Amino acid sequence: MFAFTVRRILQAIVVMLVISFIGFAIKHNFGDPVRELVGERVTPEERAQIRERLGLNDPFLVQYSRFLVDALHGDLGRSFFFKRPVTEVILSKAPATLELVFCASLIVILLSVPAGIHAAIYPRRLLSRFIMGSSIVGVSIPVFLTAIMLIYIFSVELGWLPSFGRGETVLLFGFWESGLLTKDGLLHLIMPSVALSSIMLPLFIRLVRSEMMEVLESEYVKFAWAKGLQPRRVWYVHAFKNTLLPVITVGGVQLGIMVAFTILTETVFQWQGMGSMFIESVSRADTALMVSYIVVVGAIFVVVNTMVDLIYGLVNPTVRVAGRQ
Amino acid sequence: MGKLLSIEHLNVDFAMRTETLRAVDNVSLAVHRGERLGLVGESGAGKSVLGFSIINLISKPGYIDSGRVVFQGQDISTYNDEQMRTIRGNRISMIFQDPMMTLNPVLTIGAQMKETLLAHASISDAEATAICLEKLRKVYISSPGKRLTQFPHEFSGGMRQRIVIAISLLTNPALIIADEPTTALDVTIQAEIMDLLLELCESDRMGLLLITHDLAVVSQVTQRIAVMYAGTIVELGPTGDIINRPQHPYTRGLLGALPQKAGDSRRLNQIPGVMPGLAKIPPGCPFNDRCNMAGDICHEKRPPLIVKQSGNQVACHMVD
Ligand SMILES: Nc1ncnc2c1ncn2[C@@H]1O[C@H](COP(=O)(O)OP(=O)(O)OP(=O)(O)O)[C@@H](O)[C@H]1O
Ligand SMILES: [Mg+2]
Repeated sequence: MFAFTVRRILQAIVVMLVISFIGFAIKHNFGDPVRELVGERVTPEERAQIRERLGLNDPFLVQYSRFLVDALHGDLGRSFFFKRPVTEVILSKAPATLELVFCASLIVILLSVPAGIHAAIYPRRLLSRFIMGSSIVGVSIPVFLTAIMLIYIFSVELGWLPSFGRGETVLLFGFWESGLLTKDGLLHLIMPSVALSSIMLPLFIRLVRSEMMEVLESEYVKFAWAKGLQPRRVWYVHAFKNTLLPVITVGGVQLGIMVAFTILTETVFQWQGMGSMFIESVSRADTALMVSYIVVVGAIFVVVNTMVDLIYGLVNPTVRVAGRQ
Repeated sequence: MGKLLSIEHLNVDFAMRTETLRAVDNVSLAVHRGERLGLVGESGAGKSVLGFSIINLISKPGYIDSGRVVFQGQDISTYNDEQMRTIRGNRISMIFQDPMMTLNPVLTIGAQMKETLLAHASISDAEATAICLEKLRKVYISSPGKRLTQFPHEFSGGMRQRIVIAISLLTNPALIIADEPTTALDVTIQAEIMDLLLELCESDRMGLLLITHDLAVVSQVTQRIAVMYAGTIVELGPTGDIINRPQHPYTRGLLGALPQKAGDSRRLNQIPGVMPGLAKIPPGCPFNDRCNMAGDICHEKRPPLIVKQSGNQVACHMVD
């Protein structure tokens, strides 16, 4: 397991290097650090001086390694629009997005696992047919449509739920603005999380169901029946434990992807997270902020993937022992 | 010898999309107490389906259409799921073909053994562990205590099949159904596993239904042999008689195909053609299209399985 962990972390570092390289290449080609620093009303001579001083005439690789070293120190540049270091800007927006993704993931996991298992065990039951039917419908409705429908029904018509913003938040540890601790914050979270989960939920139900059905056909499940075990033990221990492995690998990655999917949801619900910040930074040509969004989301991806693999290693005895030897 | 298991006029069907296929056709067969019975036949003859139908574990879309399975005096074919559960793995155990696939890859050997005991008896964890260790010793697994915490992939194929056998022994069943227990193993290990099964059945007076297509294997282990072809039993008799004086043309063909020395092919080169699929079984005797003795009657009437002069039960019009 130790060797496996080390290998996995090394891989993660390589991927991060590639992402940072792409990010830097974008910044290098499209960004104008001088403008970010002093604005537009500066003479060309002064500009040239500042460029020289900032080392912007150095070779590409030298600049890249400087970018890397800075990034490792948490310095990804300054936002032209906010006039603040981008790390600060992103850090202030990240909690909103992460809480949204967390709640949506929770919805996806809590609903898809029982629904998928039920549909696999009793494929002919009415409820299973309903689950599978509605998951086809669910997967074909775009997120923004779901979001607008939700807003129309629950905010406009019924007036039960707030339609935009994060509501009342609490500041935790001095930097994390959390909406999870107040009733108002939670109410505001409901619709965005449901909208965000609506894309992944049908996929997850189908994933759990198809993996479970495959496992139920296996020889070891047949042997478990032949041993005279209780149905519950066969389904939830023998079959489900084996279903978990592929579900964790595929599912974990999908949940990571959800961080990127928040862009749409955040825009519709005016959710002040990284997604809407990214859209704004694009329209303001705030290159440093754009690039660091890409790098940060990339980093979240890599961290999620690595954690998924490590959890997979914990569940799968083959990996565990291969590492032990 | 009393009857331990008696299969009576059993029909097993598969409900396919367009038609219903009969995989086991009017089979009657008995296993006596402590008896070892071999069930042989080509691939697709219906041996596995017959074996699994005893504990009503036929894979979908198969089902028992009619007939009885009487085990220890009770017709278990009418049992519901929960009643059948108390038979499976308890009084009738199964050993599957491929030990690489039989054990659950994510559960330890100990978990997979203990759960079997706990499903059938209310005993403590410590008692269950003690029984597991005893059975592992019986199948000659060294340092059994350590094995309980290991996972299947840490064992070789032969070791895994020993563990599967140990699992089948846990509840001291009256009958073990072994479906090609050595087919997936190396030749050298096959003999070891067969010897072990023989030894265990003898010492505990357990009944054994040994399913295989390898006549050499059954001849060393069983007391009687049933030969199956296209869903029916075509010949049944004491092992020695079947091996030395086969009556049914199909049995003779099978024996002719016995490999004489290493490297021989196992194809049934004595019998022309291949066994028909379930949908293409000819009327009359199912074997008539491959049989060199077949006459008119063989194409019209299905021969009953009756005692012939030799003493064997044979289903053939042409054998006296
Ligand atoms: N799940 C199933 N669906 C449809 N037909 C099946 C199914 N299982 C078995 N059959 C049919 O039943 C017949 C008997 O199959 P069975 O597996 O019992 O053969 P077998 O004698 O055990 O052969 P083998 O030596 O290959 O194990 C075959 O013709 C097969 O096509
Ligand atoms: Mg078979």
